[in-house]
Amino acid sequence: MKLYFKYVGMLLRSQMQYKASFFMTAVGQFLISFTTFLSMVFMFSRFNSVKGFIFSEILICFSVVLMAFSITECFFRGFDVFPRLIKSGELDRILVRPRNEMFQVLASDMDLSRIGRLLQAVVMLIYAFITCDIHWTGYKIITVVLMILGGVAVFTGLFVLFAAFSFFTIEGLEFMNIFTDGSREFGKYPVSIYGEGMLKFYTFVVPIALFQYYPFLYLIGKSENMWYMLLPLLGFAFIIPCYAFFRYGLRKYKSTGS
Amino acid sequence: MIELKNVCKTFKVAKRNAGFGEAVKSLFCRDYTYVQALNDVSFTVNDGEMVGYIGPNGAGKSSTVKIMSGILTPDSGECIINGRTPWKDRVDHVRDIGVVFGQRSQLWWDVPVIDSFELIRDIYKVSREDYKKSLSSLTELLNLSEILKTPARQLSLGQRMRCEIAASLLHNPKILFLDEPTIGLDASSKIAVREFIKSINKQNKTTVILTTHDMQDIEALTDRILLIGKGRILLDGTLAELKKRHSAFKTITVDYTGEKLPACENYKVTKDGDGRGEIIIDTRVITASQAISFISDHVEIKDISVTGETIDETVVSLYKEFAI
Amino acid sequence: MRKYISFFRIRFIAGLQYRAAAWAGIATQFAWGGMNILMFRAFYEEGSNAFPMPFDSLSTYIWLQQAFLALFMAWFFDTEIFDSIVSGNIAYELCRPINIYNMWFTKNTAVRLSKAVLRCLPILIFAAVLPSPYGMSLPHSIGAFLLFLLSMILGFLVIVAFSMLVHATAFFTISPKGIRVLATSVIEFFSGGLIPIPFFPDWIQPVIYALPFASMQNTPFLIYTGYLSGIEALKSIGLQILWLLVLWCVGKLIFRYALKRVVVQGG
Repeated sequence: MKLYFKYVGMLLRSQMQYKASFFMTAVGQFLISFTTFLSMVFMFSRFNSVKGFIFSEILICFSVVLMAFSITECFFRGFDVFPRLIKSGELDRILVRPRNEMFQVLASDMDLSRIGRLLQAVVMLIYAFITCDIHWTGYKIITVVLMILGGVAVFTGLFVLFAAFSFFTIEGLEFMNIFTDGSREFGKYPVSIYGEGMLKFYTFVVPIALFQYYPFLYLIGKSENMWYMLLPLLGFAFIIPCYAFFRYGLRKYKSTGS
Repeated sequence: MIELKNVCKTFKVAKRNAGFGEAVKSLFCRDYTYVQALNDVSFTVNDGEMVGYIGPNGAGKSSTVKIMSGILTPDSGECIINGRTPWKDRVDHVRDIGVVFGQRSQLWWDVPVIDSFELIRDIYKVSREDYKKSLSSLTELLNLSEILKTPARQLSLGQRMRCEIAASLLHNPKILFLDEPTIGLDASSKIAVREFIKSINKQNKTTVILTTHDMQDIEALTDRILLIGKGRILLDGTLAELKKRHSAFKTITVDYTGEKLPACENYKVTKDGDGRGEIIIDTRVITASQAISFISDHVEIKDISVTGETIDETVVSLYKEFAI
Repeated sequence: MRKYISFFRIRFIAGLQYRAAAWAGIATQFAWGGMNILMFRAFYEEGSNAFPMPFDSLSTYIWLQQAFLALFMAWFFDTEIFDSIVSGNIAYELCRPINIYNMWFTKNTAVRLSKAVLRCLPILIFAAVLPSPYGMSLPHSIGAFLLFLLSMILGFLVIVAFSMLVHATAFFTISPKGIRVLATSVIEFFSGGLIPIPFFPDWIQPVIYALPFASMQNTPFLIYTGYLSGIEALKSIGLQILWLLVLWCVGKLIFRYALKRVVVQGG
């Protein structure tokens, strides 16, 4: 843990060398998700609700997903840029150091400019909580926390999976965007609006419904099932197979000729 | 002690053909070729030895080093280093080794070198005292005191390479792998790096395995060389042996007055004309003095010089001999 | 001109080499389009009278968008160009007997085209066999189809011309990455990449149509679906031509000015 903070310290010092770039990128990040937000506002100015959810409820869902995604992107960036680590040979360096590979990949990069997105998610969430009439209880506060944590876990799993695939194909990686960027993009609405089939897909295959749909139903009072509150914890289990696949890929790793 | 036994490694490479039609065709089916990077490689290196590992590009040098440092897993064969298999006990194994990739940096680009060193100390869990000791001796030997506070991106290539080597030795490894450590350096930096490698090999008894294209590195540093080509170990012996075997050939350059150099079945005239000629002799067939006296019987010699093969030429002729 | 064609050809073939990338892209875009259509369906079921275009037209719009994504993608910038400007290597490019703006313009079109050619057919075919109203429908009329083709070419050139301006900002800032992210989100949003422009609130639409972004993917797709027809369609095409000329000229001027500065500074 101490070593991780050392790494973070180094990264911060490196990034501070490029303040202007950092600032611009953060603003850009903000703008990207802000346009998504705007398009939702536009849609809801034509239609008042979708599948029984009103705008402020949808906004809770969107901000939880965005928050989880930007936290993951910020701290697990090493997996996001993993193909670059392979290409540049940095992975070779990681492998000749006496520490766990996952840890080193994790510590190798951090992108604080994602704070632009995170900030927006926080503002949206606060706004949504004010405009939405949720009957707050202690359980519901826990639910919100668990939703965010579970979201980080699921996205982390997806990022690790993405990194694992880059051992086998670099060019073909684009298809993983369906799961990573796609989950962020389409997770802005409760996944049930895409139909029964997609709900099943997002429950059992790419389990984002575990943190953005079921506990969300409990949160806004559409369901009384208390178990839904705990479902995000299952998101942590999702990391296990992803990690196993990463280990498998590492054994097949063939480095780049130098 | 490093022991490799029958190590094999194959890579699958997609074939890419030229032309528009071929490009379209390859969308649907693609041919692969299998490249045998290592084919039954076996050798042993004892503690404290310094070994030069040479071979043309793509011969399998890097693959071998990567297997020995635990980066790659071979398809078959055994590799035991200090009682461990690198890719199985990766973490324990790499604690004992240091690796320098000449073309890549392990220093953080934007922060002072000393901060990179501190982080490496934490990564390798080196104790304060040991770190201080090795840092001060490295600083002295590599003359780093003035550049430690500089960010890596502002260093010259030579300065950076010295820091890279220091970074790989902070944890006092038993074995040091150097992958082209002098690539791109100027003459004085090269000499400094060589001197240093020599001294840590002597003082700390560090085993050094060096891959390089620079024959002067080999000449200056190693007694033993391993020649690899097309994934096979072609030659394992001392530099002297290699030279003996291949420096049997000598070139005699003659300035003379007369028609032309006499032909003889014991040597070969490679160049001749305008009173200057070149002859290559095989000293196992004919000695230089015999050849000279034979020539002087036919023409009047004005000047003469006899040169042996340089090490570069030796290696090139070795490559030719093994057809790689 | 010959040199641009052969340059184009090389880039094009290089683009074709990426087989796995092409298949992955097709799969991704198919999933993306499908999810978008499902999302709009949810809204459509909520109130079809608030829908600015019929549902099957919308599906067609989305499939066209996915099929020709590579032509109109907002996030594609040539990092080679950025790097050569930032590192100063551009000075070497100046040694070649070729106009830099034209060369990079050609390169950008070639990369986009090679990607699009590979991807569009499978997606269009898939989309065409999907059941109505989720699939792709035929163009409104033959005339509309011809206008669509013309408008596609224009829209394609407009986005490349615009992206050249974004590339040019690298001459003047040390942080091209920030500009890139910024430009991407602006283009994406205002060109109708997130939701089609007809879905924007009515009061804002006249403003949007006046911007260059509406002349990118928006115009050809709306012509194809019949949302824009007759004199409206012709007007939009006129606007595209206007924007293309403006962006092209501004781009050339900026490059000329910036390159002069590079030469003065000694690269």
